[in-house]
Amino acid sequence: MWKFIVRRLIITFPQLVVLSVLVFLAAQFMPGDALTGSIGNPNITAEQLEQRREALGLNDPWYVRYGDWVSGVVQGDLGESYRFKMPVTELIGQRIVNSFWLSVVTLIFTYIIAVPLGILSGRYNDSLLDQSITGYTYVGFATPLFIFALVMLWIFGYQFGWFPTNGSVEPGLTPGTFDYVLSKLYHLILPGISMALIATVNTVQYLRSEIIDTKQRDFIITARAKGAPESRVYNRHILRNSLLPIAAFFGFEITGLIGGTIFVETIFSYPGMGQLFLESVTLRDFSTLVSVVLLFGVTAIGGALLSDIILSLVDPRIRIK
Amino acid sequence: MAFLEVKDLKVHFPIKGGILNRTIDHVRAVDGVTFEVEQGKTYGLVGESGSGKTTTGRAVIGLNHVTSGKVFYEGTDITKKQSKTKALRKDIQMIFQDPYSSLNPRKRVLDVIAEPLRNFEKLSKQEEKKRVQELLELVGLSPEAIVKYPHEFSGGQRQRIGVARAIALRPKLIIADEPVSALDVSVQAQVLNFMQDIQQELGLTYLFISHDLGIVKHMCDDIAIMYRGRYVEQGTRDDIFNNPQHIYTKRLVSAIPDINPRNREKQFHFREEVQREFEHSYDDYFDNEGLAYGLQPISGSHYVALPEKG
Amino acid sequence: MSEELLEVKNLKTSFRIGEEHYAAVDDVTLTLNKNEVLGIVGESGSGKSAFAFSLMGLHNRAKIEGNINFKGENIANTAPGKLNKLRGDDMAMIFQDPLTALNPLMEVGDQIAETLILHRSDMSQKDRKARVIELLNMVGIPYPEHVYGQFPHELSGGMRQRVVIAIAIANKPELLIADEPTTALDVTIQAQILDLIRNLKNDMNSGIILITHDLGVIAEMADRVAVMYAGQIVEVSDVHTLFENPLHPYTRSLLNSVPNAEGGQDKLHVIQGIVPSLKKLPREGCRFASRIPWVDASAHEENPVMHEIAPGHFVRCTCHSQFYFPDESKEVQSNGVSGS
Repeated sequence: MWKFIVRRLIITFPQLVVLSVLVFLAAQFMPGDALTGSIGNPNITAEQLEQRREALGLNDPWYVRYGDWVSGVVQGDLGESYRFKMPVTELIGQRIVNSFWLSVVTLIFTYIIAVPLGILSGRYNDSLLDQSITGYTYVGFATPLFIFALVMLWIFGYQFGWFPTNGSVEPGLTPGTFDYVLSKLYHLILPGISMALIATVNTVQYLRSEIIDTKQRDFIITARAKGAPESRVYNRHILRNSLLPIAAFFGFEITGLIGGTIFVETIFSYPGMGQLFLESVTLRDFSTLVSVVLLFGVTAIGGALLSDIILSLVDPRIRIK
Repeated sequence: MAFLEVKDLKVHFPIKGGILNRTIDHVRAVDGVTFEVEQGKTYGLVGESGSGKTTTGRAVIGLNHVTSGKVFYEGTDITKKQSKTKALRKDIQMIFQDPYSSLNPRKRVLDVIAEPLRNFEKLSKQEEKKRVQELLELVGLSPEAIVKYPHEFSGGQRQRIGVARAIALRPKLIIADEPVSALDVSVQAQVLNFMQDIQQELGLTYLFISHDLGIVKHMCDDIAIMYRGRYVEQGTRDDIFNNPQHIYTKRLVSAIPDINPRNREKQFHFREEVQREFEHSYDDYFDNEGLAYGLQPISGSHYVALPEKG
Repeated sequence: MSEELLEVKNLKTSFRIGEEHYAAVDDVTLTLNKNEVLGIVGESGSGKSAFAFSLMGLHNRAKIEGNINFKGENIANTAPGKLNKLRGDDMAMIFQDPLTALNPLMEVGDQIAETLILHRSDMSQKDRKARVIELLNMVGIPYPEHVYGQFPHELSGGMRQRVVIAIAIANKPELLIADEPTTALDVTIQAQILDLIRNLKNDMNSGIILITHDLGVIAEMADRVAVMYAGQIVEVSDVHTLFENPLHPYTRSLLNSVPNAEGGQDKLHVIQGIVPSLKKLPREGCRFASRIPWVDASAHEENPVMHEIAPGHFVRCTCHSQFYFPDESKEVQSNGVSGS
C-alpha cells in the first residue's frame, strides 16, 4: 500500500509541472504584461517602457521567465494584481478560506442528501420511491446550476428573507467571536444547499447503481445461504461494498465543486475563489486569473490524488499489494 | 522436415514492481518447449491453468510475443516478422475457447465469416456470399443463417460459426484453444465430431489445447503434458495413457473421474498411491525450483522430463 | 435402515417473464436419505440449479409450488425468519465459482465466522475464532491462522473453494447442496475437493445433493442419481443401474456423447437439436420427443409420468421401450453435423 501511495505521489509531480507550464504559456498569450496595467504616467516613452521591461526581465526567453515565475509561486509570490493594486497572494488569501468553508458545507450537504437517497433508491429499486428519487436526479441533471441558484436566492433570500443574499459575513462583527462564526455559517447555508442539491445527483445515481450491482453479486447469495437476515445482508455486505467506491469518488467530488463555486459565489455575491475567477476574467486581471486557474488545477490534481489514496486505504485488493 | 516444428520456445512476461514500476522479474509462461507436429495429425497440449499451454498456442500463431526460440512452419521460421507473409497468415488459423465472446455481436454471420475472405481474397459480393453459404453448410448450419446475428444461435452453433470462420481460407493448421470447454456435453460431441470430419475432408492439422484429458484422448494422436511452462512428458496417446512415466502425468491421469462407478474404490486407491509417490519422490521429478527437468527419451516416441543420469 | 432427510413433492418453480410464468423446475419429486449422495445431472437449462436454489429458498422472485419436507416440516414458501434459522445451520450450500461466492472485501476468516455468529450466538469470540481455525484445518488449508486474515483474491481457486466449503460445513449441516462444486477448478484440484466432500459427509452423516453436468463426477460420488431434462426428472436410479442399464433416451444419449479416458476414438453420439430455452420448453407430452424424431410418436405417453421399472429405478414416459440409436450396431450416430 505504501508503495502504491508513494508511486502515486511521484506521478503527481510531473502532473503539477505540466499544469504550471500550460498555465504559464496561456498567460503569455494574453494581451499585455505586468507593466501594461501599471502605467500611471501617460507621457512615458516607449524607450523608457522598454528599459523597465528589460530591468524586470520581461524580455528574457520564456523558459527563464517561467523559472522566475515558478520560484516566485513556490515562495508564495503570485505577482501583483493590477486591478486591485495588491499582491495576488494577499487577494487570494481571504477568498480561499471562504471557498474552503463553502466547499466543506456543500460536501456535507451533498452526502447528507446522497447517502440516504442512494441507499433507498438502490435497495428498493423500481419501486415508486425509487422512481421518485430517480426522477429528482434527472431533474438535477437537467437543471443548470446558475438558474437553480438564482431561483433559490430569489425564493429563500428575497421572498422569504430567511437567508442573507450576499457576502460571507455580517459586516461589523469582530473576527473570532461566536457571533462572527455563526454569521459566517449562516451565509454559507443557502449557497451550500443550492450547490449540493444539484451536485448530489451524481452521487445518488452512482450509489444507487453500485447497490443494485452489488445486490446481484454471487456473494450476496452466499450470505443469504448462511442464514443472514436481509438487514444484515444489506448492512454487512451490500452497503459496505457499495460505499467503498463512493468513498473513492470523494476526491473527484472536490474537483467537481470548482465549476459550481464559480456560479454560486457570483450569484450569492460570496467573496470566494469562484467569484474572483469571474471578476478577474471580466476585469482582464490576468495575473490574478493565472493564479486562480493554477490553484484550481492544483485542487483538481489533489482531488484525484486523494481519491486514489482513499481507494488504496479501503480496498484490500489494492491495500495488500 | 516437419510440418510444424517448435524449437526451444520461450515466452516470458515481465513482472512490474517497486516504486518506479520497473521490471523486477519475469513470469516464464513458456520456458523452453520443443515439439514437432506431423501434417494431418492432431497434437494435444494438456495442462492445468497456468501451465502455459494457451500461451504456447498463441505464440505459434503470433498472438504472443516470442522471447526466444523458433517456430518453423513447413521449414520457414515464422517468428521473424518478414516471414509472416500473407500466405502464411492464411495457412494458420485459430479457434477460440468462448463462442460467446469471440464473435462480434454487432456483425451478421455473413460478415463474421467473410472477414478473413475480405482480407485475403478479392471476391465479388456474389462469390463471397456463395462461399460463406458453402462454409455454413459444411459446418452443418443452414445457408439462410447468413443474415442472422451471433446471439440468435446456441453455444454449439456459435462455435461452429467460429470454426467456419477459421476454415474459410482453407488453412492447413488450426490452433484450437479449448474449443469445447464452454459447451454442454452433447454440444461438445457435435463440435468434436465435426472437427474430426473436416480434418479428414480438408487434410487439416490440429494443435489441440485442452485441460480435459478425456477429450484429448478422444481427439489426439500425440500428446504433451505441460506444467509451469515446461513439458513433463510427451508421447503417443498410448504412451501417455497406458504407460505414464512422470509423476505429474500420473497425477493428472489418476485425477480424472472414472465413468464406471464400480471402479470407484480402485480409483481412490490408485489416486492415493500416486499421491504417496508424488510426496515421496517429488525430488526425483522436479528441480529445486519445483520445475520439470529436460526431456529424456525412453522410447522412439516417448519422452519424459527426468534429471540427467549421473 | 436409511433415514429420510428430505422429501420433495411435485416441486414447481416458475419465473415471470413478461406477463407469463414459466416453470424452470416442473413437478420434481425426490427423496434424500441421511448419509446419502444424490447426484443430479443435466445440461445447462435443465433446471438443476434452479432446483437447488428452490430448496434453499434463494430465489428472489420465483413462484414456488409443491412441498419441500425437510426434517418433517414443509419449508416451501416459509417465512424468511424461519428459513434463516435453517439456512447455514441445518442446510447449507456450496457454490460453483468460489471467486464470486466470497465477499472480496471481507477477510475469509470473518466470512466463515459469520455463519457461527448467525447460528451460535452463545459462542464467545475466542471460541468462534478457534472454531474457524478448526474448520480451515478440516478443509485442508495450511497455515489457518494466517489464512484467517487473508482476502479471497490472495488465495488460489482450490483454496477459495475450501473456504466456501468451510462456510457451508461450519454448523455441521444435515443437508448439504453442492452446485457444480468443481466445475471452475482444475482436474487435480477437483479430485481433492471431491475427496474432501466425501470425507466430510462420512464425518457428519449429512445428506448431499450434488449437482453437476459431469457424468464422471456422478460416477465417482453419487449413491443415487436423478437425470434432469427441461425442468423435469426423466430418470432416477442407484448409480450402478444408471451407468449399466440406463433407460431413458436422454440418459442413454448423454452417456454416449461423453468422450472419456476409457473410450476409443469412435464418433461421439450427438443429440439432435438444442436444449429449448425456458420460454420455449415443450409443456405437453414427452419433452424429449422432438430430439428423437425417428422414434414413433405413438411410443410417447400423452402425459408422461414416472414409471417404476425395477425397485428404485424410475423412468419418465414409455418411449424408452421403443428407443434405439439410429446406427444400432455402435449405439452411435454417425451423422455428427446434422443437429442444428
